[in-house]
Amino acid sequence: MQDLLEIVERLFAGDRGALARLISWAENRDSRFPAALGQIYPRVGRAWRIGITGPPGAGKSSLTNGLVQAVRARDETIAVLAIDPSSPFTGGALLGDRIRMEERTQDKGVYIRSMAQRESHGGLARASSDACDVMDAFGFDRIVVETVGVGQAEYDVMGAVDTVVVVLCPGAGDGIQAMKAGLLEVADVLCVNKSDLDGADRLILDLEDALRLRRPRDPAAAGAGAMTPPVVATSAHEAEGLDDLLEAIDSHRRHLERGEVEDLEKIRRGKRIAQVRRVVGERLEEELWSSSGHTATVDSLLEKSITPYDVAEEILGSVLGVSPKTP
Amino acid sequence: MGRRIRVLVGKPGLDGHDRGAKTIAAVLRDHGMEVIYTGLHQTPEMIAETALQEDVDVVGLSILSGAHMTLFPRVRAELEKRGLGHVLLTGGGIISKEDMQALEEHGYVQLFGPGTATDDIADWIREEMVKRWKNEEIPL
Ligand SMILES: Nc1nc2c(ncn2[C@@H]2O[C@H](COP(=O)(O)OP(=O)(O)OP(=O)(O)O)[C@@H](O)[C@H]2O)c(=O)[nH]1
Ligand SMILES: [Mg+2]
Repeated sequence: MQDLLEIVERLFAGDRGALARLISWAENRDSRFPAALGQIYPRVGRAWRIGITGPPGAGKSSLTNGLVQAVRARDETIAVLAIDPSSPFTGGALLGDRIRMEERTQDKGVYIRSMAQRESHGGLARASSDACDVMDAFGFDRIVVETVGVGQAEYDVMGAVDTVVVVLCPGAGDGIQAMKAGLLEVADVLCVNKSDLDGADRLILDLEDALRLRRPRDPAAAGAGAMTPPVVATSAHEAEGLDDLLEAIDSHRRHLERGEVEDLEKIRRGKRIAQVRRVVGERLEEELWSSSGHTATVDSLLEKSITPYDVAEEILGSVLGVSPKTP
Repeated sequence: MGRRIRVLVGKPGLDGHDRGAKTIAAVLRDHGMEVIYTGLHQTPEMIAETALQEDVDVVGLSILSGAHMTLFPRVRAELEKRGLGHVLLTGGGIISKEDMQALEEHGYVQLFGPGTATDDIADWIREEMVKRWKNEEIPL
Protein backbone atom coordinates (compact mmCIF):
# COMPACT_ATOMS: atom_id res chain seq x y z
CA MET A 1 0.00 0.00 0.00
CA GLN A 2 2.87 2.30 0.87
CA ASP A 3 4.50 1.42 -2.45
CA LEU A 4 1.33 2.09 -4.25
CA LEU A 5 0.71 5.56 -2.89
CA GLU A 6 4.31 6.50 -3.37
CA ILE A 7 4.47 5.43 -6.98
CA VAL A 8 1.19 7.12 -7.87
CA GLU A 9 2.35 10.31 -6.22
CA ARG A 10 5.57 10.17 -8.20
CA LEU A 11 3.66 9.54 -11.41
CA PHE A 12 1.53 12.61 -10.82
CA ALA A 13 4.67 14.61 -10.10
CA GLY A 14 5.97 13.75 -13.57
CA ASP A 15 8.49 11.08 -12.60
CA ARG A 16 9.21 8.98 -15.66
CA GLY A 17 10.75 6.21 -13.57
CA ALA A 18 7.39 5.77 -11.85
CA LEU A 19 5.67 5.74 -15.23
CA ALA A 20 8.02 3.02 -16.43
CA ARG A 21 7.58 0.96 -13.28
CA LEU A 22 3.79 1.12 -13.36
CA ILE A 23 3.84 -0.21 -16.91
CA SER A 24 6.04 -3.07 -15.71
CA TRP A 25 3.52 -3.79 -12.98
CA ALA A 26 0.81 -4.03 -15.60
CA GLU A 27 2.95 -6.28 -17.77
CA ASN A 28 3.96 -8.59 -14.95
CA ARG A 29 0.47 -8.74 -13.51
CA ASP A 30 1.80 -7.35 -10.27
CA SER A 31 -0.89 -7.66 -7.63
CA ARG A 32 -0.52 -3.95 -6.87
CA PHE A 33 -1.46 -2.85 -10.38
CA PRO A 34 -5.27 -2.99 -10.24
CA ALA A 35 -5.33 -0.75 -7.16
CA ALA A 36 -2.79 1.62 -8.70
CA LEU A 37 -4.91 1.89 -11.82
CA GLY A 38 -7.86 2.71 -9.61
CA GLN A 39 -5.90 5.60 -8.13
CA ILE A 40 -4.92 7.08 -11.47
CA TYR A 41 -8.11 6.33 -13.37
CA PRO A 42 -9.72 9.72 -12.80
CA ARG A 43 -6.93 11.20 -14.94
CA VAL A 44 -7.35 8.75 -17.80
CA GLY A 45 -9.13 9.82 -20.97
CA ARG A 46 -7.44 13.01 -22.02
CA ALA A 47 -4.84 11.70 -24.49
CA TRP A 48 -5.67 10.97 -28.11
CA ARG A 49 -4.62 7.41 -28.91
CA ILE A 50 -3.28 6.57 -32.32
CA GLY A 51 -2.63 3.03 -33.54
CA ILE A 52 -0.03 2.36 -36.23
CA THR A 53 -0.45 -1.02 -37.85
CA GLY A 54 0.59 -2.73 -41.07
CA PRO A 55 2.77 -5.48 -42.49
CA PRO A 56 6.30 -6.09 -41.24
CA GLY A 57 8.81 -3.59 -42.51
CA ALA A 58 6.28 -1.13 -43.92
CA GLY A 59 7.96 1.59 -41.90
CA LYS A 60 5.74 1.78 -38.81
CA SER A 61 8.58 2.63 -36.44
CA SER A 62 10.25 5.07 -38.81
CA LEU A 63 6.91 6.74 -39.36
CA THR A 64 6.22 6.86 -35.64
CA ASN A 65 9.52 8.63 -35.25
CA GLY A 66 8.46 11.17 -37.87
CA LEU A 67 5.08 11.58 -36.26
CA VAL A 68 6.68 12.23 -32.89
CA GLN A 69 8.75 14.95 -34.50
CA ALA A 70 5.70 16.56 -36.09
CA VAL A 71 3.81 16.44 -32.80
CA ARG A 72 6.73 17.96 -30.91
CA ALA A 73 6.96 20.76 -33.46
CA ARG A 74 3.48 21.72 -32.26
CA ASP A 75 4.72 21.67 -28.71
CA GLU A 76 2.53 18.77 -27.71
CA THR A 77 3.85 15.82 -25.71
CA ILE A 78 3.69 12.23 -26.88
CA ALA A 79 4.26 8.72 -25.61
CA VAL A 80 4.99 5.70 -27.78
CA LEU A 81 4.21 2.06 -27.04
CA ALA A 82 6.02 -0.15 -29.55
CA ILE A 83 5.09 -3.82 -29.59
CA ASP A 84 7.21 -6.58 -31.09
CA PRO A 85 6.62 -10.34 -31.17
CA SER A 86 7.72 -12.83 -28.51
CA SER A 87 9.01 -16.26 -29.38
CA PRO A 88 6.31 -18.80 -28.57
CA PHE A 89 9.09 -21.28 -27.86
CA THR A 90 11.39 -19.47 -25.46
CA GLY A 91 9.24 -16.50 -24.51
CA GLY A 92 12.15 -14.25 -25.39
CA ALA A 93 11.86 -11.19 -27.61
CA LEU A 94 14.06 -8.84 -29.51
CA LEU A 95 12.53 -5.41 -29.21
CA GLY A 96 13.97 -3.35 -32.04
CA ASP A 97 11.43 -0.65 -32.83
CA ARG A 98 13.13 1.86 -30.64
CA ILE A 99 16.23 1.90 -32.79
CA ARG A 100 14.30 3.98 -35.36
CA MET A 101 13.42 6.58 -32.75
CA GLU A 102 16.77 7.02 -31.13
CA GLU A 103 16.99 10.78 -31.64
CA ARG A 104 13.91 11.16 -29.47
CA THR A 105 15.40 9.55 -26.37
CA GLN A 106 16.61 12.72 -24.69
CA ASP A 107 13.48 14.78 -25.34
CA LYS A 108 11.56 15.28 -22.08
CA GLY A 109 8.30 15.64 -23.96
CA VAL A 110 8.61 12.12 -25.34
CA TYR A 111 8.41 8.73 -23.66
CA ILE A 112 9.08 5.52 -25.57
CA ARG A 113 8.37 2.07 -24.26
CA SER A 114 9.02 -1.23 -25.99
CA MET A 115 6.74 -4.11 -25.12
CA ALA A 116 6.88 -7.77 -26.02
CA GLN A 117 3.67 -9.32 -27.22
CA ARG A 118 4.08 -12.21 -24.73
CA GLU A 119 1.15 -14.60 -24.60
CA SER A 120 -1.15 -12.41 -26.69
CA HIS A 121 -1.98 -13.54 -30.23
CA GLY A 122 -2.97 -10.39 -32.06
CA GLY A 123 -0.85 -7.39 -32.81
CA LEU A 124 -0.97 -6.05 -29.27
CA ALA A 125 0.25 -7.23 -25.89
CA ARG A 126 -2.14 -8.07 -23.08
CA ALA A 127 -0.99 -5.03 -21.12
CA SER A 128 -1.23 -2.55 -24.02
CA SER A 129 -4.39 -0.84 -22.82
CA ASP A 130 -3.10 -0.66 -19.26
CA ALA A 131 0.14 0.88 -20.47
CA CYS A 132 -1.82 3.45 -22.47
CA ASP A 133 -3.90 4.28 -19.41
CA VAL A 134 -0.76 4.90 -17.37
CA MET A 135 0.72 7.10 -20.11
CA ASP A 136 -2.58 8.93 -20.37
CA ALA A 137 -2.73 9.58 -16.61
CA PHE A 138 0.85 10.82 -16.71
CA GLY A 139 -0.46 13.60 -18.92
CA PHE A 140 0.74 13.01 -22.47
CA ASP A 141 -1.29 14.78 -25.15
CA ARG A 142 -0.99 11.89 -27.56
CA ILE A 143 -0.14 8.22 -27.44
CA VAL A 144 1.03 6.16 -30.38
CA VAL A 145 0.74 2.38 -30.28
CA GLU A 146 2.81 0.54 -32.87
CA THR A 147 1.47 -2.97 -33.31
CA VAL A 148 3.40 -6.08 -34.16
CA GLY A 149 3.84 -6.20 -37.93
CA VAL A 150 1.07 -8.51 -38.98
CA GLY A 151 0.16 -8.86 -42.61
CA GLN A 152 -3.43 -9.55 -41.76
CA ALA A 153 -5.91 -7.11 -40.37
CA GLU A 154 -5.20 -6.34 -36.79
CA TYR A 155 -8.56 -5.96 -35.11
CA ASP A 156 -7.39 -5.69 -31.52
CA VAL A 157 -5.86 -2.30 -32.19
CA MET A 158 -9.29 -0.89 -33.11
CA GLY A 159 -10.42 -1.59 -29.59
CA ALA A 160 -7.39 0.02 -27.99
CA VAL A 161 -7.04 3.35 -29.81
CA ASP A 162 -9.10 6.24 -31.16
CA THR A 163 -7.57 6.49 -34.64
CA VAL A 164 -6.11 3.56 -36.57
CA VAL A 165 -3.46 4.31 -39.19
CA VAL A 166 -2.72 1.44 -41.55
CA VAL A 167 0.73 1.73 -43.12
CA LEU A 168 1.45 0.08 -46.45
CA CYS A 169 4.36 0.49 -48.81
CA PRO A 170 5.16 -0.27 -52.43
CA GLY A 171 6.60 -3.69 -53.08
CA ALA A 172 4.67 -5.35 -50.27
CA GLY A 173 1.49 -6.11 -52.16
CA ASP A 174 -1.15 -4.21 -54.10
CA GLY A 175 -4.61 -2.89 -53.32
CA ILE A 176 -6.21 -6.29 -53.80
CA GLN A 177 -4.04 -7.78 -51.13
CA ALA A 178 -4.88 -4.99 -48.76
CA MET A 179 -8.56 -5.67 -49.40
CA LYS A 180 -8.12 -9.36 -48.89
CA ALA A 181 -6.38 -8.95 -45.59
CA GLY A 182 -9.12 -6.66 -44.36
CA LEU A 183 -6.62 -3.91 -43.66
CA LEU A 184 -8.84 -1.39 -45.38
CA GLU A 185 -11.64 -2.11 -42.97
CA VAL A 186 -9.68 -1.31 -39.86
CA ALA A 187 -8.16 1.89 -41.26
CA ASP A 188 -9.28 5.34 -40.25
CA VAL A 189 -6.29 6.70 -42.14
CA LEU A 190 -4.34 4.87 -44.85
CA CYS A 191 -0.72 5.74 -45.18
CA VAL A 192 1.42 4.80 -48.16
CA ASN A 193 4.93 5.05 -46.82
CA LYS A 194 8.20 4.87 -48.78
CA SER A 195 6.72 7.27 -51.30
CA ASP A 196 10.30 7.88 -52.36
CA LEU A 197 10.26 4.42 -53.98
CA ASP A 198 8.85 3.40 -57.35
CA GLY A 199 5.38 2.01 -57.25
CA ALA A 200 4.01 4.31 -54.56
CA ASP A 201 1.77 6.23 -56.98
CA ARG A 202 0.40 2.99 -58.35
CA LEU A 203 -0.37 1.72 -54.84
CA ILE A 204 -2.17 4.94 -53.96
CA LEU A 205 -4.37 4.64 -57.04
CA ASP A 206 -5.05 0.99 -56.24
CA LEU A 207 -6.05 1.85 -52.70
CA GLU A 208 -8.27 4.72 -53.74
CA ASP A 209 -9.98 2.37 -56.15
CA ALA A 210 -10.40 -0.27 -53.49
CA LEU A 211 -11.81 2.28 -51.07
CA ARG A 212 -14.47 3.32 -53.54
CA LEU A 213 -15.66 -0.26 -53.55
CA ARG A 214 -15.72 -0.44 -49.82
CA ARG A 215 -18.98 -0.10 -48.02
CA PRO A 216 -18.98 2.06 -44.92
CA ARG A 217 -18.32 0.10 -41.82
CA ASP A 218 -21.29 -0.67 -39.65
CA PRO A 219 -21.63 2.46 -37.53
CA ALA A 220 -22.67 0.34 -34.58
CA ALA A 221 -19.30 -1.40 -34.50
CA ALA A 222 -16.76 -0.17 -32.00
CA GLY A 223 -14.73 2.78 -33.20
CA ALA A 224 -16.65 3.09 -36.42
CA GLY A 225 -16.89 6.26 -38.44
CA ALA A 226 -18.66 6.68 -41.75
CA MET A 227 -15.76 8.70 -43.07
CA THR A 228 -13.89 7.20 -46.00
CA PRO A 229 -10.29 6.97 -44.84
CA PRO A 230 -7.99 9.40 -46.60
CA VAL A 231 -4.88 8.03 -48.31
CA VAL A 232 -1.76 9.90 -47.28
CA ALA A 233 1.63 9.51 -48.94
CA THR A 234 4.67 9.71 -46.69
CA SER A 235 8.36 9.10 -46.80
CA ALA A 236 9.73 8.58 -43.34
CA HIS A 237 13.22 8.63 -44.81
CA GLU A 238 12.83 12.01 -46.40
CA ALA A 239 10.52 13.39 -43.72
CA GLU A 240 7.84 14.00 -46.37
CA GLY A 241 4.12 14.00 -45.72
CA LEU A 242 4.36 13.77 -41.95
CA ASP A 243 2.33 16.90 -41.35
CA ASP A 244 -0.28 15.60 -43.80
CA LEU A 245 -0.44 12.39 -41.79
CA LEU A 246 -0.85 14.28 -38.54
CA GLU A 247 -3.52 16.44 -40.16
CA ALA A 248 -5.39 13.36 -41.36
CA ILE A 249 -5.32 11.97 -37.83
CA ASP A 250 -6.57 15.24 -36.40
CA SER A 251 -9.28 15.42 -38.99
CA HIS A 252 -10.49 11.97 -37.94
CA ARG A 253 -10.39 13.14 -34.35
CA ARG A 254 -12.52 16.19 -35.11
CA HIS A 255 -14.89 13.97 -37.03
CA LEU A 256 -15.36 11.74 -33.98
CA GLU A 257 -15.52 14.64 -31.57
CA ARG A 258 -18.27 16.27 -33.58
CA GLY A 259 -20.16 13.07 -32.92
CA GLU A 260 -21.66 12.89 -36.40
CA VAL A 261 -21.63 9.14 -36.48
CA GLU A 262 -21.71 8.28 -32.88
CA ASP A 263 -20.89 9.95 -29.67
CA LEU A 264 -17.18 9.70 -28.84
CA GLU A 265 -17.99 8.85 -25.26
CA LYS A 266 -20.15 6.03 -26.45
CA ILE A 267 -17.42 4.70 -28.71
CA ARG A 268 -14.91 4.78 -25.90
CA ARG A 269 -17.37 3.15 -23.54
CA GLY A 270 -17.83 0.35 -26.07
CA LYS A 271 -14.08 -0.21 -26.01
CA ARG A 272 -14.04 -0.32 -22.23
CA ILE A 273 -16.78 -2.89 -22.23
CA ALA A 274 -14.76 -5.01 -24.64
CA GLN A 275 -11.80 -4.66 -22.30
CA VAL A 276 -13.81 -5.84 -19.32
CA ARG A 277 -14.98 -8.85 -21.28
CA ARG A 278 -11.44 -9.64 -22.26
CA VAL A 279 -10.18 -9.44 -18.68
CA VAL A 280 -13.01 -11.62 -17.43
CA GLY A 281 -12.34 -14.12 -20.20
CA GLU A 282 -8.66 -14.31 -19.36
CA ARG A 283 -9.25 -14.75 -15.69
CA LEU A 284 -11.83 -17.44 -16.27
CA GLU A 285 -9.53 -19.33 -18.56
CA GLU A 286 -6.70 -19.14 -16.04
CA GLU A 287 -8.89 -20.30 -13.19
CA LEU A 288 -10.28 -23.08 -15.27
CA TRP A 289 -6.99 -24.60 -16.30
CA SER A 290 -4.82 -23.83 -13.31
CA SER A 291 -6.26 -24.75 -9.96
CA SER A 292 -9.42 -26.68 -10.40
CA GLY A 293 -8.00 -29.76 -11.99
CA HIS A 294 -9.86 -29.66 -15.27
CA THR A 295 -6.67 -30.54 -17.07
CA ALA A 296 -6.73 -33.86 -15.25
CA THR A 297 -10.39 -34.34 -16.15
CA VAL A 298 -9.57 -33.86 -19.80
CA ASP A 299 -6.79 -36.40 -19.56
CA SER A 300 -8.89 -39.05 -17.92
CA LEU A 301 -11.92 -38.50 -20.13
CA LEU A 302 -9.95 -38.69 -23.33
CA GLU A 303 -8.75 -42.12 -22.23
CA LYS A 304 -12.26 -43.37 -22.66
CA SER A 305 -12.13 -42.65 -26.39
CA ILE A 306 -14.97 -40.16 -26.35
CA THR A 307 -14.73 -37.11 -28.58
CA PRO A 308 -13.34 -33.72 -27.51
CA TYR A 309 -16.87 -32.34 -27.80
CA ASP A 310 -18.16 -34.82 -25.25
CA VAL A 311 -15.30 -33.99 -22.91
CA ALA A 312 -16.02 -30.30 -23.33
CA GLU A 313 -19.67 -30.87 -22.46
CA GLU A 314 -18.68 -32.74 -19.31
CA ILE A 315 -16.43 -29.92 -18.21
CA LEU A 316 -18.93 -27.19 -19.04
CA GLY A 317 -21.53 -29.16 -17.17
CA SER A 318 -19.47 -29.27 -14.04
CA VAL A 319 -18.37 -25.62 -14.27
CA LEU A 320 -21.77 -24.16 -15.04
CA GLY A 321 -23.60 -26.58 -12.81
CA VAL A 322 -25.81 -27.96 -15.53
CA SER A 323 -26.10 -31.51 -16.69
CA PRO A 324 -24.44 -32.39 -19.95
CA LYS A 325 -26.49 -31.95 -23.07
CA THR A 326 -28.10 -35.16 -24.16
CA PRO A 327 -28.31 -35.53 -27.89
CA MET B 1 3.81 -16.67 -17.40
CA GLY B 2 5.78 -14.90 -14.73
CA ARG B 3 8.17 -12.06 -14.82
CA ARG B 4 10.64 -11.75 -17.69
CA ILE B 5 14.13 -10.36 -17.49
CA ARG B 6 14.41 -7.14 -19.49
CA VAL B 7 17.84 -6.34 -20.85
CA LEU B 8 19.07 -3.28 -22.68
CA VAL B 9 21.86 -4.14 -25.08
CA GLY B 10 23.79 -1.06 -26.05
CA LYS B 11 26.78 -0.12 -28.02
CA PRO B 12 28.37 3.06 -26.74
CA GLY B 13 31.36 4.77 -28.21
CA LEU B 14 32.59 5.41 -31.66
CA ASP B 15 33.56 2.08 -33.12
CA GLY B 16 31.24 0.78 -35.80
CA HIS B 17 31.09 -2.91 -35.02
CA ASP B 18 27.80 -4.13 -33.67
CA ARG B 19 28.21 -7.80 -34.42
CA GLY B 20 29.09 -8.58 -30.83
CA ALA B 21 26.08 -6.66 -29.54
CA LYS B 22 23.75 -8.35 -32.01
CA THR B 23 25.08 -11.78 -31.12
CA ILE B 24 24.57 -11.31 -27.41
CA ALA B 25 21.12 -9.80 -28.01
CA ALA B 26 20.09 -12.90 -29.94
CA VAL B 27 21.52 -15.25 -27.32
CA LEU B 28 19.70 -13.52 -24.47
CA ARG B 29 16.47 -13.59 -26.44
CA ASP B 30 16.92 -17.32 -27.00
CA HIS B 31 17.31 -17.65 -23.25
CA GLY B 32 13.84 -16.22 -22.83
CA MET B 33 14.77 -12.63 -22.04
CA GLU B 34 13.24 -9.49 -23.50
CA VAL B 35 16.02 -7.59 -25.16
CA ILE B 36 15.78 -3.95 -26.09
CA TYR B 37 18.28 -3.46 -28.82
CA THR B 38 19.61 0.04 -29.35
CA GLY B 39 21.87 1.12 -32.14
CA LEU B 40 25.43 2.23 -32.53
CA HIS B 41 27.09 5.26 -30.99
CA GLN B 42 24.97 5.59 -27.89
CA THR B 43 26.09 8.13 -25.33
CA PRO B 44 26.06 7.15 -21.65
CA GLU B 45 23.18 9.61 -21.15
CA MET B 46 21.13 7.97 -23.90
CA ILE B 47 21.78 4.52 -22.49
CA ALA B 48 20.72 5.50 -18.98
CA GLU B 49 17.67 7.38 -20.23
CA THR B 50 16.61 4.37 -22.28
CA ALA B 51 17.15 2.11 -19.27
CA LEU B 52 14.83 4.38 -17.28
CA GLN B 53 12.06 4.53 -19.88
CA GLU B 54 12.21 0.80 -20.50
CA ASP B 55 12.50 -0.15 -16.82
CA VAL B 56 15.16 -2.74 -17.61
CA ASP B 57 16.75 -5.06 -15.07
CA VAL B 58 20.05 -5.31 -16.88
CA VAL B 59 22.20 -3.09 -19.08
CA GLY B 60 24.70 -4.96 -21.21
CA LEU B 61 27.31 -2.99 -23.11
CA SER B 62 29.55 -4.15 -25.89
CA ILE B 63 32.66 -2.04 -26.06
CA LEU B 64 35.33 -2.74 -28.62
CA SER B 65 36.77 0.72 -28.95
CA GLY B 66 39.11 0.47 -25.98
CA ALA B 67 37.21 3.20 -24.15
CA HIS B 68 35.79 0.86 -21.52
CA MET B 69 37.68 2.47 -18.63
CA THR B 70 35.77 5.70 -19.17
CA LEU B 71 32.51 4.39 -20.61
CA PHE B 72 31.52 1.88 -17.92
CA PRO B 73 31.97 4.35 -15.05
CA ARG B 74 30.11 7.04 -16.98
CA VAL B 75 27.16 4.77 -17.71
CA ARG B 76 27.12 3.72 -14.06
CA ALA B 77 27.12 7.38 -13.00
CA GLU B 78 24.28 8.25 -15.37
CA LEU B 79 22.26 5.30 -14.07
CA GLU B 80 22.80 6.38 -10.46
CA LYS B 81 21.78 9.91 -11.35
CA ARG B 82 18.40 8.57 -12.45
CA GLY B 83 17.91 6.41 -9.38
CA LEU B 84 18.83 3.27 -11.27
CA GLY B 85 21.59 2.05 -9.00
CA HIS B 86 19.84 -1.31 -8.78
CA VAL B 87 20.27 -2.02 -12.49
CA LEU B 88 22.72 -4.81 -13.18
CA LEU B 89 25.47 -3.36 -15.37
CA THR B 90 27.47 -5.83 -17.34
CA GLY B 91 29.27 -6.11 -20.61
CA GLY B 92 32.15 -7.32 -22.60
CA GLY B 93 34.53 -6.58 -25.35
CA ILE B 94 38.22 -6.47 -25.82
CA ILE B 95 39.16 -5.75 -22.24
CA SER B 96 42.41 -6.79 -20.59
CA LYS B 97 42.43 -8.80 -17.36
CA GLU B 98 43.88 -5.86 -15.43
CA ASP B 99 41.26 -3.42 -16.69
CA MET B 100 38.53 -5.89 -15.92
CA GLN B 101 39.77 -6.34 -12.40
CA ALA B 102 40.12 -2.61 -11.86
CA LEU B 103 36.56 -1.93 -13.00
CA GLU B 104 35.12 -4.76 -10.94
CA GLU B 105 37.03 -3.70 -7.85
CA HIS B 106 35.53 -0.25 -8.12
CA GLY B 107 32.19 -1.97 -8.17
CA TYR B 108 31.33 -0.55 -11.55
CA VAL B 109 30.35 -3.71 -13.37
CA GLN B 110 30.54 -7.40 -13.82
CA LEU B 111 32.46 -8.07 -17.01
CA PHE B 112 33.02 -10.83 -19.48
CA GLY B 113 36.24 -11.04 -21.40
CA PRO B 114 36.77 -12.27 -24.93
CA GLY B 115 36.11 -15.95 -25.31
CA THR B 116 33.40 -16.25 -22.64
CA ALA B 117 30.73 -18.61 -23.88
CA THR B 118 27.64 -16.52 -24.57
CA ASP B 119 25.43 -19.10 -22.89
CA ASP B 120 27.41 -18.60 -19.69
CA ILE B 121 26.64 -14.89 -19.78
CA ALA B 122 22.93 -15.63 -20.13
CA ASP B 123 23.04 -18.12 -17.26
CA TRP B 124 24.91 -15.69 -15.06
CA ILE B 125 22.37 -12.93 -15.70
CA ARG B 126 19.48 -15.25 -14.93
CA GLU B 127 21.01 -16.47 -11.67
CA GLU B 128 21.80 -12.95 -10.60
CA MET B 129 18.28 -11.73 -11.31
CA VAL B 130 16.61 -14.67 -9.61
CA LYS B 131 18.69 -13.94 -6.53
CA ARG B 132 17.77 -10.26 -6.53
CA TRP B 133 14.11 -10.89 -7.09
CA LYS B 134 14.04 -13.42 -4.29
CA ASN B 135 15.67 -10.96 -1.91
CA GLU B 136 13.45 -8.17 -3.23
CA GLU B 137 16.42 -5.97 -3.82
CA ILE B 138 14.74 -3.89 -6.48
CA PRO B 139 13.61 -0.54 -5.07
CA LEU B 140 10.53 1.19 -6.40
N1 LIG C 1 12.94 3.98 -48.89
C1 LIG C 1 12.33 4.05 -47.69
N2 LIG C 1 12.60 3.16 -46.75
C2 LIG C 1 11.98 3.28 -45.53
C3 LIG C 1 11.08 4.33 -45.27
N3 LIG C 1 10.62 4.19 -44.01
C4 LIG C 1 11.23 3.09 -43.50
N4 LIG C 1 12.06 2.55 -44.41
C5 LIG C 1 12.92 1.36 -44.25
O1 LIG C 1 12.12 0.21 -44.13
C6 LIG C 1 12.69 -0.71 -43.19
C7 LIG C 1 11.71 -1.04 -42.10
O2 LIG C 1 11.41 0.13 -41.36
P1 LIG C 1 10.73 0.09 -39.92
O3 LIG C 1 10.39 1.49 -39.57
O4 LIG C 1 11.55 -0.67 -38.98
O5 LIG C 1 9.43 -0.76 -40.29
P2 LIG C 1 8.36 -1.41 -39.29
O6 LIG C 1 7.08 -1.44 -40.03
O7 LIG C 1 8.38 -0.70 -37.99
O8 LIG C 1 8.93 -2.87 -39.11
P3 LIG C 1 8.49 -3.98 -38.03
O9 LIG C 1 8.29 -3.28 -36.72
O10 LIG C 1 9.63 -4.91 -38.01
O11 LIG C 1 7.24 -4.61 -38.56
C8 LIG C 1 13.95 -0.05 -42.68
O12 LIG C 1 15.05 -0.52 -43.39
C9 LIG C 1 13.72 1.42 -42.94
O13 LIG C 1 14.92 2.12 -43.11
C10 LIG C 1 10.82 5.30 -46.32
O14 LIG C 1 10.06 6.25 -46.17
N5 LIG C 1 11.47 5.12 -47.50
MG1 LIG D 1 8.69 -1.46 -36.05
